[in-house]
Amino acid sequence: MLVPVYLDYNATAPLKPAVIDAVTAALAEVGNPSSVHRFGRLARRTVETARAEIAALVGAAPAQVVLTSGGTEANNLALNVPGRTVLVSAVEHESVLRPAREALRIPVDRNGIVDLAALDRMLAGIDGPALVAVMLANNETGVIQPVEEVVRIAHAYKARVHCDAVQAAGKIRVDFTALGVDTLALSAHKLGGPQGVGALVVADEPVLTPLLRGGGQERGRRAGTENVAAIAGFGVAAALAAKDLDRMAEIAALRDDMETRLERILPGLPVFGRDVRRLPNTSCLAMPGVPAETQVMAFDLAGVAVSAGAACSSGKVATSHVLAAMGVPPNIANSAIRVSAGWRSTPADFDRFVETWISLWTRLGRAERVAPAA
Amino acid sequence: MTMSSPALNVGNGSSAAPAGRAGANEPKKPIYLDYQATTPMDPRVLDAMLPYFVEKFGNPHSRNHAYGWEAEEAVEKARKQVADLIGADEREIIFTSGATESNNLALTGVARFYKDRKNHIVTVVTEHKCVLDTCRHLEMEGFEVTYLPVRQNGLIDLDVLKQAITPKTVMVSVMAVNNEIGVIQPLEEIGHICREHGVFFHTDAAQAFGKIPLDVNRMNIDLMSISGHKIYGPKGIGALFVRRKPRVRLVPLIHGGGQERGFRSGTLPTPLCVGLGEAAAIAKREMTAEAERLKKLRDRFYERIMSRLPEVYLNGDLENRIPGNLNLSFAYVEGEGLMMGIKDLSVSSGSACTSASLEPSYVLRALGVDEELAHTSLRIGFGRFTTEAEVDYAADRIIEAVQKLREMSPLWELAQEGIDLKSIQWAAH
Repeated sequence: MLVPVYLDYNATAPLKPAVIDAVTAALAEVGNPSSVHRFGRLARRTVETARAEIAALVGAAPAQVVLTSGGTEANNLALNVPGRTVLVSAVEHESVLRPAREALRIPVDRNGIVDLAALDRMLAGIDGPALVAVMLANNETGVIQPVEEVVRIAHAYKARVHCDAVQAAGKIRVDFTALGVDTLALSAHKLGGPQGVGALVVADEPVLTPLLRGGGQERGRRAGTENVAAIAGFGVAAALAAKDLDRMAEIAALRDDMETRLERILPGLPVFGRDVRRLPNTSCLAMPGVPAETQVMAFDLAGVAVSAGAACSSGKVATSHVLAAMGVPPNIANSAIRVSAGWRSTPADFDRFVETWISLWTRLGRAERVAPAA
Repeated sequence: MTMSSPALNVGNGSSAAPAGRAGANEPKKPIYLDYQATTPMDPRVLDAMLPYFVEKFGNPHSRNHAYGWEAEEAVEKARKQVADLIGADEREIIFTSGATESNNLALTGVARFYKDRKNHIVTVVTEHKCVLDTCRHLEMEGFEVTYLPVRQNGLIDLDVLKQAITPKTVMVSVMAVNNEIGVIQPLEEIGHICREHGVFFHTDAAQAFGKIPLDVNRMNIDLMSISGHKIYGPKGIGALFVRRKPRVRLVPLIHGGGQERGFRSGTLPTPLCVGLGEAAAIAKREMTAEAERLKKLRDRFYERIMSRLPEVYLNGDLENRIPGNLNLSFAYVEGEGLMMGIKDLSVSSGSACTSASLEPSYVLRALGVDEELAHTSLRIGFGRFTTEAEVDYAADRIIEAVQKLREMSPLWELAQEGIDLKSIQWAAH
């Protein structure tokens, strides 16, 4: 049997061995960090050590880190801004779009980059306080947004800025202070940490309205007993991610080489966001005429795990709102898949992907072109 | 004190000792008697979780490949295990990050969904902080909340509950078991009253799930908050039972990818879900025998204390109480001094969430325990890994510490001479 190939790191990443060790060691300990006795104090120390490591990954101070149950909760917490007009980029993750149902959508260009002139115009037309949410890197295409520019414009209008850095952290350098955002969301399991933990990094200024109320943990900003073991794993993953950032250049080279090889087979291969700054690990590419669902099934049968868009709940096949916002025609968008690599990916993984892609294209791509799908 | 007592070594048993970290020159670990704050993981639970940290790391919501399906299957098995422990259908279980989130979701979710028709909530003064804080916030949003008092034994008066329900009442939220005093509220009767009046019944079962038999149908429970780390499972995972028939609707608290049928978005942490499921399955098999064992230990401890120390008061009803809890006030000792005197026992002087503060426990105050006595109180929690030797050792240490503090106390001396301390006019200084 073929060794399975995992190329869906933007959905979730395998845990790094040192993370597994940290998580299992912490799981074997008893102690509620709010307890004053020794077991409680040891658990508290584990949490605070990890908090410092998470802060260091993004150049923030430990006191600025609010630990949450994950990236989704962190985004929801940042967007819990009653009384503020919310503006979100059209390519945000569902966990930003859904909590801000009435938000104004900032358009993006054909590369998926947020339209800064439009943002400026929109802010000029708003009375009262506002919040702008623009992600650092897109989960489907990997396209990196000019967040510093967004901050410059938004702050000129005294608007708060939230940045979803869930996909960016661990893949590119993220500097909370240099970005100048007011809040920044992180997730552990996208960077080799465990599922079930994330963080919202908060500048000194904005006061958060909590989503979860209760025991006063996280200095009143997020109630609930700390998920000590997962937090310990997050800390180790953050420390390793900062150290392993150089390895991402290798991943980028493998990814670029993969795209070049496919392009030789299919000149004009649609790769979304290829002309702009992208995450080193992500490739969103279309096989014209072959539905994404058909592709991912075929890849799975060949032992290659890739994805047809974001891993969410529904299982429904809907056109990607990200590609739609970029103006990609539906028939092309519906044949796009996402390939995302990570810390354990090898050249052989990409070879397997390329082989499978080519055989699929040979089998289905041509046939579909003879009899195009309805 | 002698740190080489054979009884003390028991405290370093499998329950608390971290794997591979008990160095010879490390100080001995205290005996863990704080099972209401959190519990050690059961090794069987950890074993069940491990594969999902290692090779089965998929995102359970990935629909495109085997990694995702494998994780999803594990999550669904866990959901069934949780449902089975309370007689629910697995489709009625929503995974959350813990009981705090479950309580927040149940209260705000239901209140906000029905706010156009009903705007009144009934709860109890001794609820967990996260219920009370959420209710206070709902009051700011315009809801009305009635906080029922408790009787001296910590239980609510059912007639007072009945009178509190109005046509505007949407929900009654009463905890199953109190986290400080361990008393079990009359759930079946409360459920009956709620159903009769057509109001939803939510119960915070963080301290009850896996400890006492719960049946959502027999007890007419519409929403139930569940915690993982109180039943030898992992932290960071909990659940909310939401009845389907008759259906309870709620507004989600966390929006996004639409996981958990839209009630709670966010990637489910597969290993943690598996841990909660396994902990529930073990509890289902072992609850009865374990309760019996813990009751024996608890009674042994209680009798040892009561037979050797006068002026010790039990807080909360003894009959309607989970077997793993005692809450005792030791008159004429100074609370902080007592804690210092029993440093090799890990017990709590209040609810864990507020124990760092010096405020007297609001739960004890609600029972009518006066402030001074409340300050002398200890919560002692027994659990799956507590041994008879630990219990005896802990009781002896407490007895010793209390006797020593009383010998030094002028108040104790006055009380022994029969002087009513309340009658003394203390000079100001």
